[in-house]
Amino acid sequence: MATSFGSQFSAMRGRRRERWRDLSPMRKREAKMGLLFISPWIVGVLLFSLFPFIASFLLSFTKYNIVQPPEWIGLEHYNNIFTDDPLFLKSLRNTGVYVGGSVAIRIVLGFALALLLNAKVRFLGLWRTLFYLPSVVPIVALSVIWLYVLNARAGLLNSLLYAIGLPRFRWFADPDIAMIGYLIMSTTWVGVTMVIFLAGLQGIPEEYYDAAKIDGANVFQRMLRVTIPLMTPTIYLNILINIINAFQVFTQIFIMTDGQGGPRDATRTYVLHLFDHAFQYLPPQMGYSSALAWILFMIIFFFTAVIVTTSQRWVFYQGGEND
Amino acid sequence: MAAASGTQSILNSDGFVRLTRLVGRVLLYGLLIVMSLWFLAPLFWMFMSSFMPLDQVGVFPVQWIPRVWMPENFTEALKFWNFGTTFRNTMLVTVLSIVGDIGSCAIVAYGFARFRFPFRDTLFLILLATLMLPFAVRLIPVYAAYEAIGWIDTFYPLIVPAFFGNAFYIFICRQFFLGIPQDLLDAAKIDGASEVRIFTQVMIPLAKPAIVVIAILSFQNSWNDFLGPLIYLKDPDLHTLAIGLYKFTSLPGQGGIYNQQMAASTMMVLPVLIVFFLFQKQFIQGANISGLKG
Repeated sequence: MATSFGSQFSAMRGRRRERWRDLSPMRKREAKMGLLFISPWIVGVLLFSLFPFIASFLLSFTKYNIVQPPEWIGLEHYNNIFTDDPLFLKSLRNTGVYVGGSVAIRIVLGFALALLLNAKVRFLGLWRTLFYLPSVVPIVALSVIWLYVLNARAGLLNSLLYAIGLPRFRWFADPDIAMIGYLIMSTTWVGVTMVIFLAGLQGIPEEYYDAAKIDGANVFQRMLRVTIPLMTPTIYLNILINIINAFQVFTQIFIMTDGQGGPRDATRTYVLHLFDHAFQYLPPQMGYSSALAWILFMIIFFFTAVIVTTSQRWVFYQGGEND
Repeated sequence: MAAASGTQSILNSDGFVRLTRLVGRVLLYGLLIVMSLWFLAPLFWMFMSSFMPLDQVGVFPVQWIPRVWMPENFTEALKFWNFGTTFRNTMLVTVLSIVGDIGSCAIVAYGFARFRFPFRDTLFLILLATLMLPFAVRLIPVYAAYEAIGWIDTFYPLIVPAFFGNAFYIFICRQFFLGIPQDLLDAAKIDGASEVRIFTQVMIPLAKPAIVVIAILSFQNSWNDFLGPLIYLKDPDLHTLAIGLYKFTSLPGQGGIYNQQMAASTMMVLPVLIVFFLFQKQFIQGANISGLKG
């Protein structure tokens, strides 16, 4: 079924590295055809991944405003970021809140919804479609809609809170709760995570549950000992994808705060800060922005590495189930 | 679901089991309905308020049914929001991106799936690794490069990259090609078909399900894209729907006309919803494959 990173790596180790000169003429022809077929991607990865990856690293040591050629200034940007940019830390903290909150929401709520749908419900396809539907709505339209969902005076959310007797909030005006508004909005995309979990749950063989039942396991024991262990590869993957994406949260906050990350920078996320320096400052500070981008890359890389390396301890792969 | 199977307890009588099952089912469907309302209410309100008179939109608590139906909200919105031009621009970018994505990804995926060459697996790992590269890292050098070759205020930055393959779509297509039995290819080879012929006349027709998934994801990607058009397209004549809608809602003095903004949003959302309902299965498959990629 799934090809995990783990299985990709072990597949590589298992095979002897082939050298060009050892290939027979027929294999050489095959290799040439293969390289020809993948050549568009080779060009693409050089132009759109490798070049910008290296160039942004180099630009991060320069003063660069697009109009004039970059001017080498060494570590000055990094120095300024860490000692002289209060918005760096603030935006990093805001982003951290969004990452923690939205990943938790998507994993917990996505898993819970998938469990509900996996309980032999009628009209499974219909429910799945309804839950997935908001995820396909263009983000600009979603942002316009949520501006009014979270509207303090007449919004949907405050109407709901009022209807069930809870206090109302000024979602966009109060810096202490502004980020929570975006976390509530992030439930919009839970359907994507849910669909992935549901596919995982449907892949668990019924016999495992039957065996557990015969052994006298109750609902909670079956959940803890069968469902969750077998779902760890999917949970792992969803955490990884969602963390990488959440660190880059930008568009909805840019649209809903008109690029400001307000109120008083309470929703200024890391990418918003970076975008500000590159595209809203005059003159543009592309070098500074590149330094910010590389710090973000290192942060995301760090989290990815931690998750990938610790995964061996808690992710359980069924023997022989892969490939 | 949960209560349905607590059968090993002392309360093992038929009636009790049936009762807990019933309560469980009621709870289950109750929860499903509540969650559906949570997900759909904002969209439903967008649709309803796009027909409301302006003063009704600001009423607290929120109202759901238009007091009078005002289709003129749509025509008014169209006056400010250059729908014709932005729609045409979006269609152009979307269609060409779909063509580029399908073509390049099918070709590259076939290369990875069906030929042996040195470093193939290493290259494929690099392909998967590029999925994790934050867009912020690419943003500035790519922008600077487009600026240098005079591509700012053209559609090229939004279209050309599609012709060089998208890592995720290549992954989808490769998985599909790997599932096609080798015998079919061997038969074609024995008949003397060339590699190119096998690819275009045997593989592509067989890969139609995967290609439809890629087309859908590519459509969604281009239609919904905001950041690309925002930085590359400054000329209002080149704006896409996403930018048009953004500008319409952030125009000074337009902040208050919620009903027209909702009408504009409805016009942008409807095509996506129509495509979604026509190709639900492929949308769900697309999401599922992203769950397999790891």
